Amino acid sequence: MAGSLNKAAHTPFSVSIRYDETWIEVPSGKTILSALEEAGVGLVRGVGCRGGICGACAVLYRVPAQTHTMSAGLMCQETVQDGMEILPLPHVPHKKVPHHLELPEDETPAHHVLRLYPEVNNCVMCGECVRMCPMDIDVMGYVGMIKRGDLKAAARESFTCIGCQLCVIRCPASISQPNAALAARRWLGAHQESRADHLTRMVEKVDAGRYTSVFRWMRRLDSMEFQALYLRREREPDESPPGTWLPEDQTLL
Amino acid sequence: MSSGPLNLFPEMLRDSARMVQRTRESRLSRRRMGEGVEALSLSDRRALLEEFHPDHRLDGRGVLQVGPSKGASLPFELVELLQSWPRPLVMDLYGACRESGSLTAGMTTDVLVIGGGGAGTAAAIVAAEAGARVLVATKLRLGDSNTVMAEGGMQVADHECDSPAQHYLDVMGGGHFTSDPDLVEALVTEGPGVLRWMEELGMLFDKYPTGRMKVRHGGGTSRKRLHAAGDVTGLEMMRVLKDRMECLDRIQVIPFAPAVELLTDENGRAVGAILEQLPGGKPLIVAAKAVVLATGGFGRLHLNGFPTSNHHGAMADGLVLAYRAGVPLRDLNHCQYHPTGVVFPEKLNGLLLTEKFRGLGAQLLNRHGDEFVFSLEPRDVTTAAIIRECSEFGNGAKAPGGGVGVWLDIPMIDQIHGLGTIEREFPGRFKEYLRMGLDIRQVPLLAYPTLHYQNGGVVIQPNGGTDMPGLFAAGEVTGGVHGRNRLMGNALLEILVFGRRAGASAVAFAKGVKQAQEPGLGHLEAYLEQLESAGMQPGRSSPRLLPAYGSVRPI
Repeated sequence: MAGSLNKAAHTPFSVSIRYDETWIEVPSGKTILSALEEAGVGLVRGVGCRGGICGACAVLYRVPAQTHTMSAGLMCQETVQDGMEILPLPHVPHKKVPHHLELPEDETPAHHVLRLYPEVNNCVMCGECVRMCPMDIDVMGYVGMIKRGDLKAAARESFTCIGCQLCVIRCPASISQPNAALAARRWLGAHQESRADHLTRMVEKVDAGRYTSVFRWMRRLDSMEFQALYLRREREPDESPPGTWLPEDQTLL
Repeated sequence: MSSGPLNLFPEMLRDSARMVQRTRESRLSRRRMGEGVEALSLSDRRALLEEFHPDHRLDGRGVLQVGPSKGASLPFELVELLQSWPRPLVMDLYGACRESGSLTAGMTTDVLVIGGGGAGTAAAIVAAEAGARVLVATKLRLGDSNTVMAEGGMQVADHECDSPAQHYLDVMGGGHFTSDPDLVEALVTEGPGVLRWMEELGMLFDKYPTGRMKVRHGGGTSRKRLHAAGDVTGLEMMRVLKDRMECLDRIQVIPFAPAVELLTDENGRAVGAILEQLPGGKPLIVAAKAVVLATGGFGRLHLNGFPTSNHHGAMADGLVLAYRAGVPLRDLNHCQYHPTGVVFPEKLNGLLLTEKFRGLGAQLLNRHGDEFVFSLEPRDVTTAAIIRECSEFGNGAKAPGGGVGVWLDIPMIDQIHGLGTIEREFPGRFKEYLRMGLDIRQVPLLAYPTLHYQNGGVVIQPNGGTDMPGLFAAGEVTGGVHGRNRLMGNALLEILVFGRRAGASAVAFAKGVKQAQEPGLGHLEAYLEQLESAGMQPGRSSPRLLPAYGSVRPI
């Protein structure tokens, strides 16, 4: 560990971390976010859900055990280490192309996504994005899938992306991977996935006023009758495949 | 059976976790025979709730002494918030306003949406698509909300055995027959429509190759109607809504600018809001023809000292704004404690273990590995049963750091539905726990109730309107849809249905009015008088915007 640095003294229950060029003593065993708060640093930019799912608290850091490498994570998830130096990244400039999911006649959804984000073709396969990703997503893998036009595979691989943009900041090809993946998923969902037929039928029934009289009847019941109706509900068996079971009493259908 | 995967548990938990492994086989065979613990009757439910649900504790409550819901008995933290004075920045502007008669707006718009979560974005999209200029003011970034944290799914009646009427029955009963019937009818009837809307916007739901939606049960449902996107349903919904919104050029977003007070005109109409730009607190006065309040819930107030599953900004700001302007509140003494918040690892304390785990068969077990409650009761009932098991019966497993909890036996899911199910259905959680060395295909997790959802809130009409002309509200900030208890999967549905309704109603209202010439703070006069005559001293101010953890100074 570099002893020449101006670090604060620490006890077995605390560690020193460097934030905003200053060494501060924080309790050990805490996440970066909580440790900063214990030291009186309250962030407005750089804090979000505190549950590792919103991507607001992305951070780059270096630790003494690995001085040769820059690591990345989320401040609400990473535990502080002695000698850790951090750089929170509340916002990383990224490329975003507006689109309205309107597919030109001579194009496929996969082509269109490539047209929105052609720079995926510039991927040099360095793998930095994969190393940065706090969600352990194979970012480089899904970039390749988008390149090859396999939107479904790209959607599956990128599905837990929280859009923290940590991959973006290290990409030598300047790709905005999360936005390309978001476009891939939306174009897949809107143009390639099969629509739910049973949903179409239900929307039609609702629009045709199919349930108006049922509601009128139910809402006229007094509270005892209504509670009795509630208690008489039949429960769809857990194991029955969707669309196969029907209740005996079909009054409410 | 190997106990290798359990080695990451501290010793005090390991023995108990081993008991869970040991009883698993027999519990699985009882489950196959349909023999597990049965659901409680309505009267047993009531008795359990009255004795063990935190809502029924009499300590930690106070009586509201001012405002339109005066006399209501609410959690002490909320009473204090509602009886605080406006923030210093607002008091300065109030003084200036009294001298000059009105405030000068720094920005004007047709519709001002306060809050950038699911309800706010849905409202903004609908308003912009209807031709309005929309401004979205949000405390943190666009999308930082409880929506993004929702894991399990969205209830919609869309299969052959189901109908909106059946859904209605489940919602009413789950809420102990206290919901507003008009709101519930709107919720369930528009469900299929908003599901189709999201499908068309390219949101990816769990589907079979034919396009049929995969659905499952949630607590208190009579039909399988929970639609999910893996275990990141809220994240997927928020990503899509945000993307749709950012592709519309009539919408402007102002991040890090929470609303701290509504603006009103001489007729008592809502005509905008004062935003406080963070950090530093510079005011930005926005005049609008209509206002949509979509500020979300209150988990970060840590009612009754509970941990919370909510995001950092869930501080009840909207309740304060609406209440000071004279809009009544309802059902706020009934808070939702999600039955399964994380107890161990401690750094995740209070975060959510989605109900979808139980929907797929994971049981709740005490420290002896015994099932003590039907795992798909309505949430408040399950919560009360867990609290009873840990306090009254002393059957909770103790964790280092003082926590206590019951086991959620996740590995059962792979035994019931086949190997690979856990990894496929819970990609987010699976990876998250694996990073910490816990393989949830093999180990159960320790859980205890966590403050999760604000059941009550601002009173609204089915069109999203409030008692104040020009003010609309949607989402967790409102009350009445869920009554005293919300069922899983109805919050994501609510933010879409009522977000869209509030957005549409706000545009319709905005079309019929002119921009207010003299936006002011007239409503504060009456409220401050009431505070003074009730003996409340200036000193504490609200809304409080962000929690002050550790040694952080309140902002």
